[in-house]
Amino acid sequence: MIREFNLNDVLYLVAAMRWTLALTAIAFAGGGLVGLMIALLRVSSLPPLRWIGTIYVLAVQGTPLLAWLFVFFFGLSIVGVEVSPWIAAAASYSIYAGAFLGEIWRGALQAIPRQQWEAGSSLGLSFGQQLRYIIVPQATRLAIPPTVGFLVQLIKNTSLAAVIGFVELTREGQLTTATTFRPFTVYLTVAALYFLLCFPLTQASRRLERRMLHGAH
Amino acid sequence: MSYSFQFRDVFAASDFLLDGLILTLELSLVTMIAGLIIGMGGAAARVYGPRPLARAVAVYVEAIRNTPLIVQLFLIFFGLPSAGVKLDADTAAMVALSINLGAYTVEIVRAGLEAIPRSQIEAGQSLGLSALQIFRYVVIFPALRLMFPSLASQFVLMMLATSVVSQISAQDLFQAASIIQSRTFRDFEVYAVVAGVYLALALLFRLLFAGLYHVIFARRSR
Repeated sequence: MIREFNLNDVLYLVAAMRWTLALTAIAFAGGGLVGLMIALLRVSSLPPLRWIGTIYVLAVQGTPLLAWLFVFFFGLSIVGVEVSPWIAAAASYSIYAGAFLGEIWRGALQAIPRQQWEAGSSLGLSFGQQLRYIIVPQATRLAIPPTVGFLVQLIKNTSLAAVIGFVELTREGQLTTATTFRPFTVYLTVAALYFLLCFPLTQASRRLERRMLHGAH
Repeated sequence: MSYSFQFRDVFAASDFLLDGLILTLELSLVTMIAGLIIGMGGAAARVYGPRPLARAVAVYVEAIRNTPLIVQLFLIFFGLPSAGVKLDADTAAMVALSINLGAYTVEIVRAGLEAIPRSQIEAGQSLGLSALQIFRYVVIFPALRLMFPSLASQFVLMMLATSVVSQISAQDLFQAASIIQSRTFRDFEVYAVVAGVYLALALLFRLLFAGLYHVIFARRSR
């Protein structure tokens, strides 16, 4: 049944953006937790902990996100667990985002001069207190622009969840193509909707970065 | 839970994996070269070109960088035929990946070019160097050195991202995995092996780029 691509289809696509956003939010929350752990592991003073962090980042940044999605979605059925696209996507994106956010945040933590840590410890602060009161407040400023930049990557990469049947913007585009047979118009619309989500964030990230580089200290 | 892992079926289909691996490598190399050419040209146009050209490049960069690769791929493979341009899966994959990587490369190269201080260029001018000489000796070499690490990591990410071409049924490494999976039902084993191959490739590329950096830059610096 081929029908025309009309305003209703556009509205369906717009509505599907909420699942793209929901998946981004889940990925950012899960990836944020993982990333925090990885960043702390990587600045730890114990070498074995640092190695665990390094190996994690190397492994995740060296494998395609698509492979994680497939392992979780198809692969876990062998242990008798029926995995829904939601669970598979949430797990894959948390692992993926954790590696990248972990690296961004590690960079921010390490950009704070050593003397700041030393000053903290000479005041008798514990490692946790040094992090909380001295390092993290300064590192957060440095971390915000690249974190916003990564958010754009994350939004774009949620499109890969379409391949395991997760109905978000790209999957909705595939479904609409199947009924209207207007792939060019449909995917152009889909691309435009992603652009509307991502471009403001790209600009914000750039502005924040510029302000940090040249702005008032 | 009584599942026994079986990798035998996966390795029995290793010629499939090898064919896929070759296409993945081909796609990666072609994309890197094309991306570099687009990136250099685009960045030169953005930094030194006339205003309308610079703006056009900026539009290209923003349009690509703010939309997902898989949508660009679908647009080219499924969408373009209705405009009369019909590409086979491999060609569509190469075109889409190159256009995508080109946009990221423009930004990296541009940042490298703009990082060269104006005073260096003025110093070259005051020594009576021609524009071409200044570009060659003062601008491009230090700029290349600055942008090399970003380019290398972008290229590795692109190598991994080539896996999405399996979604337009180009026979790359990832698509080989899907085919083996549908024949053997060894889902976990297949994707674990393929993920391992990608990881090995990523490490190999990083090593290669690190070696290249050493050969090109480290020896010449004081």
